[in-house]
Amino acid sequence: MVEVALGRPRVPVGSIRRRGVGWWGVMMLITTEASLFVYLLFSFYYFALQTPGEFLPRHPPSLSLSLPNTAILLLSSFAVWWGDVGVRRGRQRQLVVGLAIALLLGIAFVTIQLFEWRQQSFTLRSSEYGSLFFTITGFHMAHVVAGLLILVSLLVWSALGYFAGRRSAPILIGGVYWHFVDAVWLVVFFTFYLTPYLR
Amino acid sequence: MTILDIERRPEVAAASEASRRRLDEIWKTPPGIAGFLSTVDHKQIGIRYIITAFAFLILGGIEALIMRVQLGRPEQQLLTPEQYDQLFSTHGMTMIFLYALPVLSGFSNYLWPLLLGARDMAFPRLNAFSYWIYVAAGIFMYAGFAIGAGPNDGWFNYVPYASRQFNPGMNMDFYALGMIFLGISTSAGAANFIVTVFRTRAPGMSINRLPIMIWGTLTASAANLLVVPAVSLAFFLLWMDRQFGTHFFDVSQGGQPLLWQHLFWIFGHPWVYAIVLPAMGMVSDGLPVFCRRPLVGYTPVALSTVATMVLGFGVWVHHMFATGMPNLALSFFSGASIVIAVPSAVAVFAWLATIWSGRPVVTTAFLFFASMIVLFVIGGVSGFMTGSVPVDWQLTDTYFVVAHLHYVLIGINLFPVAGAIYYWFPKFTGRMLDEELGRWNFWTMFIGFNIAFLPMHLTGLWGMPRRVYTYPDGMGWDWLNLITSVGSFLFAFGILLLLINVVKSRRDGRLAGPNPWDASTLEWSVPSPPPPYNFAVIPHIVSRHPLWEQQLQESDARSSLDTGYLLDHGRETIATTSLDSDIDLILKMPEDSYAPFLLTVAVSALFVGLLLHWWWLAAVGGFATVGAIMIWLWPERDLGQTADAGHG
Ligand code: HEM
Repeated sequence: MVEVALGRPRVPVGSIRRRGVGWWGVMMLITTEASLFVYLLFSFYYFALQTPGEFLPRHPPSLSLSLPNTAILLLSSFAVWWGDVGVRRGRQRQLVVGLAIALLLGIAFVTIQLFEWRQQSFTLRSSEYGSLFFTITGFHMAHVVAGLLILVSLLVWSALGYFAGRRSAPILIGGVYWHFVDAVWLVVFFTFYLTPYLR
Repeated sequence: MTILDIERRPEVAAASEASRRRLDEIWKTPPGIAGFLSTVDHKQIGIRYIITAFAFLILGGIEALIMRVQLGRPEQQLLTPEQYDQLFSTHGMTMIFLYALPVLSGFSNYLWPLLLGARDMAFPRLNAFSYWIYVAAGIFMYAGFAIGAGPNDGWFNYVPYASRQFNPGMNMDFYALGMIFLGISTSAGAANFIVTVFRTRAPGMSINRLPIMIWGTLTASAANLLVVPAVSLAFFLLWMDRQFGTHFFDVSQGGQPLLWQHLFWIFGHPWVYAIVLPAMGMVSDGLPVFCRRPLVGYTPVALSTVATMVLGFGVWVHHMFATGMPNLALSFFSGASIVIAVPSAVAVFAWLATIWSGRPVVTTAFLFFASMIVLFVIGGVSGFMTGSVPVDWQLTDTYFVVAHLHYVLIGINLFPVAGAIYYWFPKFTGRMLDEELGRWNFWTMFIGFNIAFLPMHLTGLWGMPRRVYTYPDGMGWDWLNLITSVGSFLFAFGILLLLINVVKSRRDGRLAGPNPWDASTLEWSVPSPPPPYNFAVIPHIVSRHPLWEQQLQESDARSSLDTGYLLDHGRETIATTSLDSDIDLILKMPEDSYAPFLLTVAVSALFVGLLLHWWWLAAVGGFATVGAIMIWLWPERDLGQTADAGHG
């Protein structure tokens, strides 16, 4: 009979980047939220295929604002990533600056998107297309706003000097959520703004 | 202030009186109302889940009995049609959403850390939160019923009946928002289970050593994470249609009513597996203990658990055979519905082989577990029949379906749950349930159930439609219905005996000791009831049956249960790697906290505001929600989240 010998390796304590449970938690959140968007888009394409007559509105959403706006959102993702590189290398300032830039770009995205909404020739109630457009882009907007609240919190906490080196899991976690929100936008953008040109 | 470091070698020690006292000090929840509102102890939360789910079972049961009185004889006028509609819909909603899954979550919550050798779930506060949200959502949904605005369109709530035009009251608004509300709890709980199993298993408990119950709940949780958004979305779109004039479901404006059915059943079918797989897991773990041998075919049973769910995703359309779909699609989904019988059969044969080759000790728990196999087979066969398209066209919307679904749900959920109560009650309370009363309890339930629901197949074959509030004399259904009603009351009386047994034995049941059944898994290695910290030292596992290594002699290696990692610098447990369970990190666990409760209050205000169109209340609730989340997530030094806890 042999009892196992217990090793005593040196292991990290507490929340460390990807090894803590927080990283896993946000992966779960992203999984379930990604499913939500899958069902939203499923609904859209279901309508697109099942509607007998003309499904698209006479003036589909235009690219004039949405294309630059897409670039803005992608840039803000890049800024978060750059800030994260900063904190890992011990450069506090880079972290704060990166988050601040990302936040401003995110706010710009929301503002421009509000204008873009007002330009449309349809409304939430005018047609089933309008219902889908505003519900799906609305869901995305709500996620952007949630992402902005996360960025604000991270900015405050970073300015307070909470994070350094490997003790920076919240930046990683909040950051990956923001990247997720941006990735979802690409799919939404493709669905509403690009598909009309593919016909 | 505790000392924190970025890295440390965990102390290895034997459990001692002194260390137990220290851990108790660190982990215990204060008594009284403060502890009640703030505890994050998975054991307390688990018990609460079970008690709350049983409260809903009783409510749903009372609704059922009222219906059975109404249906006992033809042309009864006890209930109006509208009252009957609300009763069967509320009964369905209660049983499916507020009883069947939460009761299993309760067992899993209580047992998981104990089965895995951990001191709590991966996210203790999230665990408390998912419980509170469940209660709040349950109250929310029942508030509608209480003011006469319960759901009245069946639990799956098809449009257009559910649209505002045909259903102008608030019934559907309560139900729609309530389901979205409840979805938060389900998703949060599912995420917690998944992370817990992949991160907090004791060292050495590799993935092939997990109890089957863990496989069941894990599979159910993965499915819930993926499909709950579908139903939340469906209800959200319905609410938008009703309140804001969108056009998702109204045909006259280009809406697509069938979209409702797709979204609902994408969710609904995996859900049905989610409320049976963990219960099947409990049988797979409990039954062998009473057969005095390990489960026959561990690996096939574990794999078939996962396979059932994977196939389950493919069968949602079988609920819609009667809606007129392309033939090819029908054949595909019919095939999938029939194939799914295969993994279920694997489990049944494994249980039978375990009983056959074991030396069964017939206890009440054994009876409940074993009888489940019988009910499962009956429910399975009738399900298999409706899985074939031509038969389904004959039987859909008759009492045959009602019989089938009760065999499945009561057979594979309620009977295992009753067995699980007999099996684990000693662990929960330190006392045994009364075995003699247990026999009465079992046989009343078993006989009552079959008297009630076996003849119902015939009622259906003879054409009685479901969801009718009464039926004319002379259709040949009257005596069948009378038998069913009598059986229902007998069955309900059986459940009452279970409750009586619990109340009585809680006070003066025989003392149990740590391992009254001589079972093999980790939860039986700790005292009954377990101390707040579960394990005085984190055990190290080398086999699937840590407490049976002596008898089984599968190998020379022995698990180390009394010597292990001490981890007493504040609330701590060990994190291990996902597949092999090698030690990876020391997790700092949160203290008790009011945040989950307060967040629930905030979210509730938000939902009430949305329901009543009190936008100010919705706004207050929304802001409070954001605030509460920020406070909750504020980085804490003691959780090792900030730089002053050591970095580099
Ligand atoms: C005393 C035990 C029970 C009795 C007497 C009973 C009786 C009934 C009756 C009379 C109906 C309505 C049939 C109709 O008019 O179509 C019904 C429906 C239903 N029951 Fe039960 N039931 C019992 C327990 C349960 C349990 C434990 C569950 C689930 C775990 C359950 C789940 C359902 C569901 C899902 C429906 C369908 C509701 C709908 O049509 O929307 N029942 N039951």
